[in-house]
Amino acid sequence: MSIGDTLRSLADRETVFPLFFERQPPVVDTSKSILLYIEDLTVSFDGFRALNDLNLYIEEGELRCLIGANGAGKTTLMDVITGKTQPDAGEVWFGQTLDLLGRNEAEIAGLGIGRKFQKPSVFEAQTVYANLELAMRMNKGILPTLLARLDSEQLDRIDHVLGVIGLQAEYSMTAGALSHGQKQWLEIGMLLMSEPRLLLIDEPVAGMTAQETERTAELLTSLAGERTVVVVEHDMAFVRSIARTVSVLHQGSLLAEGSMSEVQNDPAVIEVYLGEGH
Amino acid sequence: MSVATTPVLTGQASAVHELRARAPLFLAVLFGITVLAAIGNLAFPQDSIFHVSTYTITLLGKYLCYALLAMAVDVVWGYCGILSLGHGAFFGLGGYALGMYLMRQIGDRGVYGNPELPDFMVFLNWQELPWYWYGFDQFWFALLMVMLVPGILAFVFGYLAFRSRVVGVYLSIMTQALTYALMLAFFRNEMGFGGNNGLTDFKDLLGFDLQADSTRVGLLLVSALALGLAYVASQWIMGSKMGRVILAIRDDEPRTRFIGFRTERYKIWLFVYSAVLAGIAGALYVPQVGIINPGEFSPLNSIEVVVWVAVGGRGTLYGAVIGAILVNYAKTRFTAVWPEAWLFALGGLFVAVTVFLPQGIVGLFRERLGGRRA
Amino acid sequence: MTGRFNQAIETARCTGRWQALLLCMALLLLPYSVWAADLDSALAALAGASLSKVPAILEEVEAVGGEAAVPAFTAMLEGDLYYRRSDKRVVRAVRDDAGQYQLSDPLSGASLGASEKSALRKVKVSNRVRIHLRGAIARLTLSSEDPRQRLRAAQNLLERPDEDNLPLLRAAIETETDPDVVELLQTALALNLLQTSGDSEARLGAVETVAGSLQPAVRNQLQSMVQRDDDGNYGEEDAAVREAAQRALVTIDSRISFYGSLETVFFGLSLGSVLLLAALGLAITFGVMGVINMAHGELIMLGAYTTYMVQVLLPQHIEYSLFIAVPAAFVVSGLVGVLIERSVIRFLHGRPLETLLATFGISLILQQAVRTIFSPLNRQVFTPDWMSGSLQINSVFSLTYNRLYVFLFALVVFFVLQLVLNRTSLGLNVRAVSQNRSMARAIGVRADWVDALTFGLGSGIAGIAGVALSQLTNVGPNLGQAYIIDSFMVVVFGGVGNLWGTLVGALSLGVVNKFLEPVTGAVLAKILVLVFIILFIQKRPRGLFPQKGRAAE
Repeated sequence: MSIGDTLRSLADRETVFPLFFERQPPVVDTSKSILLYIEDLTVSFDGFRALNDLNLYIEEGELRCLIGANGAGKTTLMDVITGKTQPDAGEVWFGQTLDLLGRNEAEIAGLGIGRKFQKPSVFEAQTVYANLELAMRMNKGILPTLLARLDSEQLDRIDHVLGVIGLQAEYSMTAGALSHGQKQWLEIGMLLMSEPRLLLIDEPVAGMTAQETERTAELLTSLAGERTVVVVEHDMAFVRSIARTVSVLHQGSLLAEGSMSEVQNDPAVIEVYLGEGH
Repeated sequence: MSVATTPVLTGQASAVHELRARAPLFLAVLFGITVLAAIGNLAFPQDSIFHVSTYTITLLGKYLCYALLAMAVDVVWGYCGILSLGHGAFFGLGGYALGMYLMRQIGDRGVYGNPELPDFMVFLNWQELPWYWYGFDQFWFALLMVMLVPGILAFVFGYLAFRSRVVGVYLSIMTQALTYALMLAFFRNEMGFGGNNGLTDFKDLLGFDLQADSTRVGLLLVSALALGLAYVASQWIMGSKMGRVILAIRDDEPRTRFIGFRTERYKIWLFVYSAVLAGIAGALYVPQVGIINPGEFSPLNSIEVVVWVAVGGRGTLYGAVIGAILVNYAKTRFTAVWPEAWLFALGGLFVAVTVFLPQGIVGLFRERLGGRRA
Repeated sequence: MTGRFNQAIETARCTGRWQALLLCMALLLLPYSVWAADLDSALAALAGASLSKVPAILEEVEAVGGEAAVPAFTAMLEGDLYYRRSDKRVVRAVRDDAGQYQLSDPLSGASLGASEKSALRKVKVSNRVRIHLRGAIARLTLSSEDPRQRLRAAQNLLERPDEDNLPLLRAAIETETDPDVVELLQTALALNLLQTSGDSEARLGAVETVAGSLQPAVRNQLQSMVQRDDDGNYGEEDAAVREAAQRALVTIDSRISFYGSLETVFFGLSLGSVLLLAALGLAITFGVMGVINMAHGELIMLGAYTTYMVQVLLPQHIEYSLFIAVPAAFVVSGLVGVLIERSVIRFLHGRPLETLLATFGISLILQQAVRTIFSPLNRQVFTPDWMSGSLQINSVFSLTYNRLYVFLFALVVFFVLQLVLNRTSLGLNVRAVSQNRSMARAIGVRADWVDALTFGLGSGIAGIAGVALSQLTNVGPNLGQAYIIDSFMVVVFGGVGNLWGTLVGALSLGVVNKFLEPVTGAVLAKILVLVFIILFIQKRPRGLFPQKGRAAE
């Protein structure tokens, strides 16, 4: 190619420079229908084993509930999956081919793993709209972000999610002005905007009214199938209302797994966890 | 679940719009004042009441450079939460880069009349120009270095610091250490930047006599232009989606990472941008005050800039500009009347602003206006 | 009496000088008054004596006066010995600032008033006489009762070898009881042999004797033996001796470099102890409250000025001033610290960056206040006698007392602080608040009260650091500025919330700095250490000794 051609192509307003190509995230291979492999995972803090040889497999499209007493290692597990904590031993694979260990938080988010925190963490100084826009699935490199213009499809998408989470009227409010429940919803909305393969949701209904809880349950159930959802929750009624498969963690290891009624009747679970309540 | 799709987003631009609406006003005030001052200096005779003295012109130009520096600090601190106590380093490096050009321009008009070597090198018995002085006889090269040197330093520093997730006070002290180290280094004669005395005795810039009124006025106008451009560019960045990412990093960096932004890269590049602004400010400052020495690297200078921004109101670009000009005006008046008390006043200002006025003057006015509206 | 002395000198001439020396030693036992007059008269012979006669007179003086003649010999060696024209009295004369000559008795040192130059005439001295004088001084002091005098004499003989000294040294070794002096005398003897003996066996033995010595003279001698001169000849012709010398030289060099490293370690530890003192207070306030007190350096400065004030108020008791200054500085800086906490910092809780700015403002105010009250210039703080001087380990290695004491003092402060934090209820409260503020508050710890006390404690320790620093550096308004960055680096490097980390961090950074300095220069060393810490944080974000677990996040 001559210099002239190069210059002409540079001047052509239709040219898309390689810099601006949307880098496609690596494909998640779920040919074995398992989306997340957690094997022999061990994490210790100062001698205390938060996770102890944990094995867990999450199937694609399922809605999994994790339950367990405080200190059972639920939040630590989420930290490891999302790259916040590096484990002492063990493996975490996303699909057949993607090793999650050693990747940072942003990379893992880019692979399609979204996380909702225990306490609502939205960007309080920014509007509801901006919060959703930030979370939107797109190239998150610097130049694309600097030059980003929302196309009509993306506007529709934000509109759609605003509807789903019922915050249309509040779109221009700063997120800090929202009620607690609304913040939880906004955070779920942000998760939806990022269109993840896997959602990790930490205590979504803590502090919600009964009505809000019900809507949340409805939303999460509707998401499963299209996306894979892992929920950590203390509220047993809520778990019972949404769960198909429940995994019980105890002292950093998997204690039992199965449907809600199965685990409720598991003697080991009754012994260590449900024992007092039943 | 029902999904409502009322088109609610027409107003989404309005927040951005509100931001941009201030730019024309800002630019109008900025250029209005500088152009009036320029006319007052050049078009009216000394005894006219409309005459603006060259001293005032230079002072104004100096304030604008400080304002640009303050804006650079505000971009990282006010918008991204990176409290830099070392922006004096970038300011100083920009200043030295242009100072080196001005030194080379002196040519054989120095005290020792050496066409090649600046006076201080002759004085130190140096035989030839150090390699890093090459190219500084070209204006374009110096101009490039004004931006490149601070930019590269900021990149290296940011790469090391932000990637290892150094934040908060740790980062602030690191930046202070950076400028402190540079100060120590530049004080040494062997560094080849004039040691203690720095670079001075400049004669002309691009052939214009630095002592001439018209050159002074020209420098003032160029400073105003640079400040205006920086304002527009910063406004554009902060109004884009990148601006929202930057605010998100300021408010909750881990969360921003979890939604897929590599926050350290954003911080590095914002830091580089800010450093380049500071470098340009330094380069404009040097020909107007006629000297650059290692004192510019002193940690006190850098932290003083932070207080300008705090006084004006961080998180707004014009706040930084207002703060820089106000505090420096106060300093000019104060040091003329009662020099010993300036440090007391400055120290008191630090305490008062942080304790009583966290949003600065701009925040105070906003509160007042907001109150009236409600 | 004179006859008796003359007789003694006659004997000495016949039987060798060392016997004369023994005689002189015996004479020392005689009552002073008996022979002082004779010494005066013997010395008086110097007035106007021709150069050729001087050695004989000196020998007589030496024989008569013994050790008492040393001051006169020293004065003569330095060219200060004159005699008055008027009465031929031999005097010591030193020119004063006014151009007058101050006269004194060369033996007793008693003042004899002032005189014009014209009234004096110098006692003639030639090189030969000087050599004679040095030998005489050495001989006389070697027999001194004071071991330090004997040590100095031996050192003199070591540095000025002369064949004549051999019997003298041998005799001295026989009678010497002090092991240090014996060793030095033996080295001196060996060195004398090396230079004067024609017997290669004897030289070989001498080389073996000096092999471990660190005396510069020994090293120079060995060096000259193994080097070729301009004609290509070795300083030592015997190959075996040369080889032995070469080996000895290697041993000596390795010992010197060993002690050199030891000295660098000491300087490093000294710098480290200063860093430790400066950083301890910061470690407490930063570890517990999470705030950087930028006025920390100025609190150190206040401690130094407190020392100055104590010395100004009690000028008669400089020796004890530091013992008063330490508690005084702790109280002064501590109170200022509590004042800062109560008036500013508590309003900025949870906003570390704002706290940083506000305390920086306070540091400016404190600096300017000191400038206004005292002066912008440095103040003179005296070092008590017991802190000046140095501990001489051997000729290439010595420890200065002020650095040594500051090092020990830093360790004491460190351990006392450990005790306070680990064994008192204040310490328990402080640790509770530092680990989990809201929980501590919930179980009834008054967090704001703990904050104020912690801040006071940290500031008080800064004050103590100031006392120590006043003994090492200049005391001025800028004293504190230099330390804030360094102390912060130490805290970060060591790990926040862990005093052991601060200790190890401070000492290792000090040592590393001192080892880098000769290689790279002080400024570059500082920059390198800085870069090292940045890289270190990259690998271990929580420092050397991190607080682990979830609580630390």
